[in-house]
Amino acid sequence: MDFWNGLLNVLLIALQSVVLLVVLLLLTAYYLLADRKIWAAVQLRRGPNVVGAFGLLQSFADLLKFVLKEPIIPAGANKTLFLLAPLITGVLALSAWAVIPSANGWAVADINVSTLYIFAVSSLMVYGTIMAGWASNSKYPFLAALRSTAQMVSYEVSIGFVIITVLLCAGTLNLTQVVHAQETRGLASLIGLPWLTFLNWYIWPLLPMFVVFVISALAETNRPPFDLAEAESELVAGFMVEYSSTPYLLFMLGEYIAILTMCALGTILFLGGWSAPIAVPPFTWIPGIVWFLLKLTLMFFIIAMAKAMVPRYRYDQLMRLGWKVFLPLSLAMVVLVAAFLQLTGFAPGH
Amino acid sequence: MTGAAVFFYLFSAVAIASAFMVIASRNPVHSVLFLILTFVNAAALFILLGAEFLAFILVVVYVGAVAVLFLFVVMMLDVDFTELRQGFLQYLPVGALIGVVFLAELVLVISTYLIDPQLTRTVTAPIPPADQVTNTAALGRVLYTDYLFYFQGAGMVLLVAMIGAIVLTLRHKPNVRRQDISRQVARTPATAIEVRKVPFRHGI
Repeated sequence: MDFWNGLLNVLLIALQSVVLLVVLLLLTAYYLLADRKIWAAVQLRRGPNVVGAFGLLQSFADLLKFVLKEPIIPAGANKTLFLLAPLITGVLALSAWAVIPSANGWAVADINVSTLYIFAVSSLMVYGTIMAGWASNSKYPFLAALRSTAQMVSYEVSIGFVIITVLLCAGTLNLTQVVHAQETRGLASLIGLPWLTFLNWYIWPLLPMFVVFVISALAETNRPPFDLAEAESELVAGFMVEYSSTPYLLFMLGEYIAILTMCALGTILFLGGWSAPIAVPPFTWIPGIVWFLLKLTLMFFIIAMAKAMVPRYRYDQLMRLGWKVFLPLSLAMVVLVAAFLQLTGFAPGH
Repeated sequence: MTGAAVFFYLFSAVAIASAFMVIASRNPVHSVLFLILTFVNAAALFILLGAEFLAFILVVVYVGAVAVLFLFVVMMLDVDFTELRQGFLQYLPVGALIGVVFLAELVLVISTYLIDPQLTRTVTAPIPPADQVTNTAALGRVLYTDYLFYFQGAGMVLLVAMIGAIVLTLRHKPNVRRQDISRQVARTPATAIEVRKVPFRHGI
């Protein structure tokens, strides 16, 4: 009996994972399209509008194109690592979503240390890049891999500190609990209007950290204006120069899903996750997943607009921003927030 | 329970195999990648033990940061590893001795309570049951109360090491032109541009 229960549990988790995977891939297809459409709109272009109505099937056409092309493996490449690198990127990016609660209790694995899990997975993403650059056995990919690895490692530090400030306020490492903490405690309950839940969100008290988080997320995921990994003007196409067809598709997919992960993390840590902005009936009737997706889209819109509007950073300036501006700033904020919580008695668990 | 056992044997088998490959593989980059695989499997074993905080810290710190720097160094430096490998058999006895000493110490640590049952009472804080306190909270309670000075001492050691590394490598070359960002930002049209009326057929 016990055995069958265990098996049933495993099957249930597998089913949930498959559903999550399918929904996530569909979402990615449309967020990718939205990215291109927003970019086009800013530049007064139409963007993809040929495949399907308004170009809605463009991502699927691209998918078919990538899959049907011939994968080319350079003769001098280290074949195993060359093919392993895109797999690592794709699988790691997808696996981060296992712990993200898209509505109350909807996380596939609601573990105690889900924040650390996401942080760990995103720090492992570096290996996809560095392995691809090395295994290609060519100068441009290698230089680009070194660059973007240094970039990702540097900005991980400030993202870590940002996460720590939020965790100090929430008093838990569990993402679901972080959202619950934003539903019940915060500015709104402090001024005596507990139904104004949007005032509870950590974006208000921790606004500087939110800014640092968004910029670091851009750098961490190699998005413009920090897309130095693939700076066309200097490095051809970065660490992915030698990749074609499905391996390239996996890199692309991993990149976009990592962006969505960062958006989801921002939503949960700073924008109250799935909770409604105002806790009165017409808003609370709307299911949590809708709020989550709306906030996710808002975060993605910010990132897409950054791509369209901001010119690319120079590499030394990027490193300066990471180490000399964000690191001291976020470190100071950690100390400040911790001291404030301790001295005023707002610290959770008191 | 059987599921946990299956996973335990899987992770430990992979960990041991990849640890062996670290010293056996010819390509140093492969060695480092196998080392990373070993770390990840060790983290998985931690999770099986219920120590999820340690597991993820292991992944974040060792795999995400330290091993990346390892990989950097191995990829960048032109080390002739076949030459290093020459004295492999010569060093084998020393390596084996260190291994045996290490194993003996591990056995001693684990079997402390068999040798001296009183020793377990010297632990200052009682270990809280796992179902009441998450192990993150439990670790924090011990680390920031009873062992605060050791913790801060370890932090100071790391800080000194970091400053030392910077001092050793930082050199200001006088003939290299550097950017002063604050000076650049402080520039205004008044200080940067000179507007002149050029008289006809005179030039400046």
